[in-house]
Amino acid sequence: MLEHLPALQVVLPLVAAPLIVLARSTRFAWLATTVVSYACLVCAALLASRVADGGAISYALGNWPPPWGIEYRVDALSAFVLVAVSLTASFVAPYAQRSIAAEIEPDRQYLMYAMYCLCLAGLLGMAITGDAFNLFVFLEISSLASYVLIALGRRRQALFAAYQYMLLGTVGATFYVIGVGLLYLVTGTLNFADLAERLRMVQDLRPVLAALAFITVGMGLKFALFPLHQWLPNAYAFAPSMATAFLAATATKVSVYVLLRYYFTVFDPAALFERLPTREIFLLLSVAAMVVASLAAVYQRDVKRLFAWSSVAQVGYITLGIGLENQAGLTGSITHLLNHGVTKGAIFLLLGGVALRAGAGAVTMETLAGLGRRMPLTALGLVVAGLSLIGLPGTAGFVTKWYLIVGALERGAWWVVAAIAASSLIAVAYVWRVVEAAYLREAPAPAAARREAPAGMLAAGLAMAGLCVYFGFFTSINVEGAHAAAALLLRGAQ
Amino acid sequence: MIVALCLLLPVAAAAWLALCHRRPNLREAVSLAAAAGLFACVASLSGEVLRGGRPALVLGEIFPGLPVAFVLEPLGLMFALIASGLWFVSIVYSIGYLRGNGERHQTRFFACFALAIAAAIGVAFAGNLLTLYLFYEALTLVTWPLVTHHGDDAARRGGRVYLGLLVASSMLFLLPAMAITWWLGGTLDFTPGGILGGKVSGGAAAGLVALYAFGIGKAALMPLHRWLPAAMVAPTPVSALLHAVAVVKAGVFSIVKVVVYVFGLDFEPAAFAWLPWVAGFTILAASVVALRADNLKRRLAYSTVSQLSYVVLAAALLAPLSIVGAALHIAAHAVGKITLFFAAGAVYTAARKTLVSELDGLGRRMPWTFAAFGIGALSMIGLPPAAGFVSKWFMVSGAIEAQHWMALAVIAASTLLNAGYFLPIVYRAFFRPAGGEMHGEAPWTMVAALVFTAALTVAMFFWADLPLALARSLA
Repeated sequence: MLEHLPALQVVLPLVAAPLIVLARSTRFAWLATTVVSYACLVCAALLASRVADGGAISYALGNWPPPWGIEYRVDALSAFVLVAVSLTASFVAPYAQRSIAAEIEPDRQYLMYAMYCLCLAGLLGMAITGDAFNLFVFLEISSLASYVLIALGRRRQALFAAYQYMLLGTVGATFYVIGVGLLYLVTGTLNFADLAERLRMVQDLRPVLAALAFITVGMGLKFALFPLHQWLPNAYAFAPSMATAFLAATATKVSVYVLLRYYFTVFDPAALFERLPTREIFLLLSVAAMVVASLAAVYQRDVKRLFAWSSVAQVGYITLGIGLENQAGLTGSITHLLNHGVTKGAIFLLLGGVALRAGAGAVTMETLAGLGRRMPLTALGLVVAGLSLIGLPGTAGFVTKWYLIVGALERGAWWVVAAIAASSLIAVAYVWRVVEAAYLREAPAPAAARREAPAGMLAAGLAMAGLCVYFGFFTSINVEGAHAAAALLLRGAQ
Repeated sequence: MIVALCLLLPVAAAAWLALCHRRPNLREAVSLAAAAGLFACVASLSGEVLRGGRPALVLGEIFPGLPVAFVLEPLGLMFALIASGLWFVSIVYSIGYLRGNGERHQTRFFACFALAIAAAIGVAFAGNLLTLYLFYEALTLVTWPLVTHHGDDAARRGGRVYLGLLVASSMLFLLPAMAITWWLGGTLDFTPGGILGGKVSGGAAAGLVALYAFGIGKAALMPLHRWLPAAMVAPTPVSALLHAVAVVKAGVFSIVKVVVYVFGLDFEPAAFAWLPWVAGFTILAASVVALRADNLKRRLAYSTVSQLSYVVLAAALLAPLSIVGAALHIAAHAVGKITLFFAAGAVYTAARKTLVSELDGLGRRMPWTFAAFGIGALSMIGLPPAAGFVSKWFMVSGAIEAQHWMALAVIAASTLLNAGYFLPIVYRAFFRPAGGEMHGEAPWTMVAALVFTAALTVAMFFWADLPLALARSLA
């Protein structure tokens, strides 16, 4: 049984989706989703502990040995991403019941759950597969599901946001598959390990460089690498609450994982970082994202959009480690996949509760007025997650920042240290706009009564906010895992 | 064990306070009991520290080799004693002030007060830079609701400057300084003799000193001092305990701590050569601003800016005697300045006066308050029989020992300036005719508190043994 864990990890949510559609019952849909989400977390935790003990696990799907069959391969990095994704899922699933009931028409609710399961299956599949084309398939599964999730948003703009995301997302996926096609043309294989071996000899061929460019831009579109982020603010702002929380915490992160996988274990890192200006490009784009997108966040009125812009900036933190290309920097990047996931997850889960109680589709600064009195626990959770976003000590965000700063120092990139500090300072500005609105502005009279979000939603949001603090002090999960993953990537680099 | 108790007690008190917000008398009793308990706990550790023991507590590691750790050493003990002792006095005072002025949100006030003390104790006990930084930032955050207590536009503006400057300085300068120290020294533990000796020199060393000096924005070195006058929008007990004792002392305490335990007194003096000039400029410039300020709290705030730089100046001289002076001044200024703020709050409560020019004749209506104010003023100027004289004596001796004549000149000039902006207040209060309606002293709890701190200011002149013993074991 246990040796089939890698398959179960993906098959469980993949099978749940059609079952939900067949059953057409909202209650069953929620139950199945929750059970599957927790089962995925158990699978991921088991896989991670087995990888930590005994090294990478290779699983031949359908017993076809690689490189002919599709190989699922769990190493320190993919195990970390699996845990990050399914951890978020296990908070979002219980939350979804009340949130979806409030935001989606009754006859469509089970479809929302089905799409969520598909999206989860796609993301987990991307993280676990060891096959370039299989990754494309999972990428499309998760992307198509997420377009639907976003389009189900209550406001009319949701349709347009989903359409915009679909156009750019499709371009991204197409670019990726073109890149894979080129690699196949040159090497005749799709298995990552095989590709890596054969690419060592032909790294400087023009088709390989073209493939590198296509894959970089394609995945860059998917994880909103500045300046390819145009789709993200709208998509996050107009999607249903639980979709925003889930996608913000997981989708972009898995796409970054794909890029890390290609850069450090498929392509020849020596060629990539020594003969091409990869380092400079990623440092520049990351710093630009951290500064420009943070500044954009400061000027937003819509709170979900504000935090969406902040996500663009935080993706900059994650990609910064690629540019630093050393142990500390990559540890910072990889740990931020999880740290930012719980932080942004907590924020969007709590904002969903605010939106529900406000009754309006949009959460603006005016909606937040007096939140500290009306919804004290929600407001407190938002503050805690906000502090993690800024990166104050004792929060998950600080752990990331510390590794990135040390990594930048080791690289001798002083301007990057300054940029990290400056970007967290701008984060103070936008987080404090929210805090001021919540605590220093009086609530309009009719809405002044104290009323928290429904217990299930509140608990999920607060638990994630609690994780922001937990990961700030007890780093055995988020740092040790990331440290091992970074070491693995750099071993590939030698 | 007791170390953990010291940290937990105020946090537990804050939680408990929040629970009994419908019963103000019980709430205040809890506050007082927590403060008394905390002081007793800290005091019970002093014997061990004086004998050379270093009670320690290590919590889990955040990063490999970087735990949250607490080690109690003399300077930290002194800071903790001051903070916890004056917390008790401040609660007594606050009860009168908050009720006398009908302030809202009193529970939030006392709870945040307790959390601020917890953070200050964390700073005092910190065994490494990371722990210190953790509580340093926490202190900024938990005092923000106190600064913006009134919730109006002025409070919001003051809060923005307060939070903006303090967080900006610590993020832009202190965090990189800490990371650089880790990168160079491989440890962030406070080590007697320092950890950076021989590891960095020349311009880089001076730059690192600058990152620390300006990164610890709570020390209010110009031009990063603006947050302190901005924080004066807070109710007066906040200004008294936090912006004369806990927060600002956390700043200069961190500076002394970094100088003694990170750089070490044997660090090359050239790296510190520029710092006395900036500190000296701050001392004089802030005094000049104070001289011209008509708002009493603003004048006190700028006086604090100036007095804090005494500590920075003395620490930057790297002379053993001046370090003793710096450590003593942390204690001496605390008791003196809290007396002055208490008096200002008493005047506001009893007479609704906030401007220096309105104080004519109030000394005869409020003799206790203004007698205490006079003692506090003497301590600021550095005249006997007040605590300020003792610390100034050591600072002057240190300046002579280091043969730093500029520092000596600054201390002399600033003494005159201090006299120039404090003595007229005392003169006005006692010798000018009074106008307006009659009133007496403020509520008795407030008077009792300020008389007590004034007495403490005098007592520290005559019985300076304990602070002196603690300060001497530093250098």
